[in-house]
Amino acid sequence: MRPTGPFLFRALGDVGGTILVVALLAVAVLVPVLNNLPPDSAFFIPNYVVPLAGKYLCFSLLALSVDLVWGFAGILSLGHGAFFALGGYAMGMHLMREIGTRGVYRDPILPDFMVFLNWKELPWYWYGFDSFWFAALMVVVVPGALAFVFGWFAFRSRVTGVYLSIITQALTFALMLAFFRNNFGFGGNNGLTDFKDVLGFNIQAKSTRAALFAMSAIALALGYILCRLLISSRFGRVLIAVRDAESRTRFLGYRVEHYKLFAFVVSAMLAGIAGALYVPQVGIINPREFSPANSIEIVIWVAVGGRGTLWGAAVGAFVVNYGKTYFTGALPEAWLYVLGALFVGVTLFLPKGIAGTAQEWVGKLWTRTAPKQSLAAQPGVVE
Amino acid sequence: MNMFQPGAHIAPDRGAASTILYLDSVSVSFDGFRALNKLSFYLVPGELRAIIGPNGAGKTTMMDVITGKTRPDSGQVYFDGKVDLTRLDEAAIANLGIGRKFQKPTVFETQSVEDNLRLALKDRRSVAAALFSRTSAAQARRIDELLQIIGLGDQRASLAGLLSHGQKQWLEIGMLLAQEPRLLLVDEPAAGMTDSETATTATMLKDIARERSVVVVEHDMEFVRSLNAKVTVLHEGSVLAEGSMDHVQNHARVIEVYLGR
Repeated sequence: MRPTGPFLFRALGDVGGTILVVALLAVAVLVPVLNNLPPDSAFFIPNYVVPLAGKYLCFSLLALSVDLVWGFAGILSLGHGAFFALGGYAMGMHLMREIGTRGVYRDPILPDFMVFLNWKELPWYWYGFDSFWFAALMVVVVPGALAFVFGWFAFRSRVTGVYLSIITQALTFALMLAFFRNNFGFGGNNGLTDFKDVLGFNIQAKSTRAALFAMSAIALALGYILCRLLISSRFGRVLIAVRDAESRTRFLGYRVEHYKLFAFVVSAMLAGIAGALYVPQVGIINPREFSPANSIEIVIWVAVGGRGTLWGAAVGAFVVNYGKTYFTGALPEAWLYVLGALFVGVTLFLPKGIAGTAQEWVGKLWTRTAPKQSLAAQPGVVE
Repeated sequence: MNMFQPGAHIAPDRGAASTILYLDSVSVSFDGFRALNKLSFYLVPGELRAIIGPNGAGKTTMMDVITGKTRPDSGQVYFDGKVDLTRLDEAAIANLGIGRKFQKPTVFETQSVEDNLRLALKDRRSVAAALFSRTSAAQARRIDELLQIIGLGDQRASLAGLLSHGQKQWLEIGMLLAQEPRLLLVDEPAAGMTDSETATTATMLKDIARERSVVVVEHDMEFVRSLNAKVTVLHEGSVLAEGSMDHVQNHARVIEVYLGR
């Protein structure tokens, strides 16, 4: 992982990362193909699986964004659900505008909930969302701007550790309360739903869902490569230095707050993209996405997958969410206990998560490179 | 003129002119405890100075004030005769050319020895530079040189966390050198070292002091004596005595408060 290494090696990072990227590119092609096989084929992937797996991939991208700040900069954000939800709302607003006259009230401009609330014109902050590209821009700009303002004040005031975690919780909680209000202009507690099209394609259609799934897989692969390039540059070295010895880094002349801010904004933008891909696949965005518990759950995904490994976070999110779907189906009352037990179990038996443990095993096979990797991937205890 | 006389009030533009470091009448209190009490201290360019004093004498607080970690309640702190350090933060002060080594060796444990030096190497510190700049051939050579100086050439690829205590101290000294500071503040470099490590460290510091100004805070009297430098004794936040090791060791007040007989 020398910064001077070949570009491809830098971009993929390690064995786990290479497998992740290759697997993502493979499923981006394979899943839509297998979904089109005749239903009696042994390799057929049923329709319901495609958006479900696509949703998991969005969660993986979200977990990746949290690992970038938590695993490498030591910023334990318990509010990343807010950036995810804001990206989702930006996309949802566009999808609402695309409904047009097919809504219940057939208003060409106003979404149904505004007609229902007896609003006469579109609020100014809904302007521009009829354009997909404007909405796509807002998907990254809105979470990025919020992260910038929040991070600017928090990092400049040197708020760290548990205090920072608490104010990130407060941030997402405050947004949840705001979005629950009907007069806030985002559909209140029902949120935004009843979408018809995305870019002119029927949102329920098999081919649209396959395309959204493939885009989620590719977005996750690109997000991983972006994070890996950041981490393998000197910027990444400084970020890890901040995580391990913040004041030492300052005395070396680095403006720690700028480094943290940059990582935090990039991370929020990735979370926003994850939210934007999530909304068309699940068909709804509502204020519950802002709930503080959601944000805590993301951290659990990262911890299960392996903090500070990037690919582990993506795997952790997928595995935990698959488990959630399975257990909420099989033993609905037990899910929360399973999640709790999982977290306790991972903390006790796999303190480095799935990826950290896998790296250790690989390390035992290739003892030459192993000690460096496994220790570098271990950021110590939660500050 | 005795410019080292404690408490003597000299206007900064006049008194600070030929100094690399100038502290005049600096006071700092924490919750009513006076860590520094009208401390005045001067260092001329190229000087190696040892600072001794009992626990709570204000040695570390003085370092904190110079490096921007603590703001003084009153008094003046000037670098190079003209830069007011009380207005700058840690990063700005470090970039002026003031390097600091902590009492407890703090290296970046999860990164390699070489990466530790690369992080410290004098270079642009902005996010943009860190994202896009590569290590130049000259910088790579400088890292090789530094590894030679601190004697960690064989450990260049090992994680800093796996080094012995003494090696960590040396790595930190190497990181200080990599910053190419004009003034080095070194807090207890010999703490926890074996005798031979201590001797090596003293040689290293004397080498460094040939080109730069160095302030060393130390408890180990033998080590201070081996530095063969002017000694400042701090007590209760101000300067108690100053001069050669023999001079301060025979100073009546120093014997009373510090050597404790």
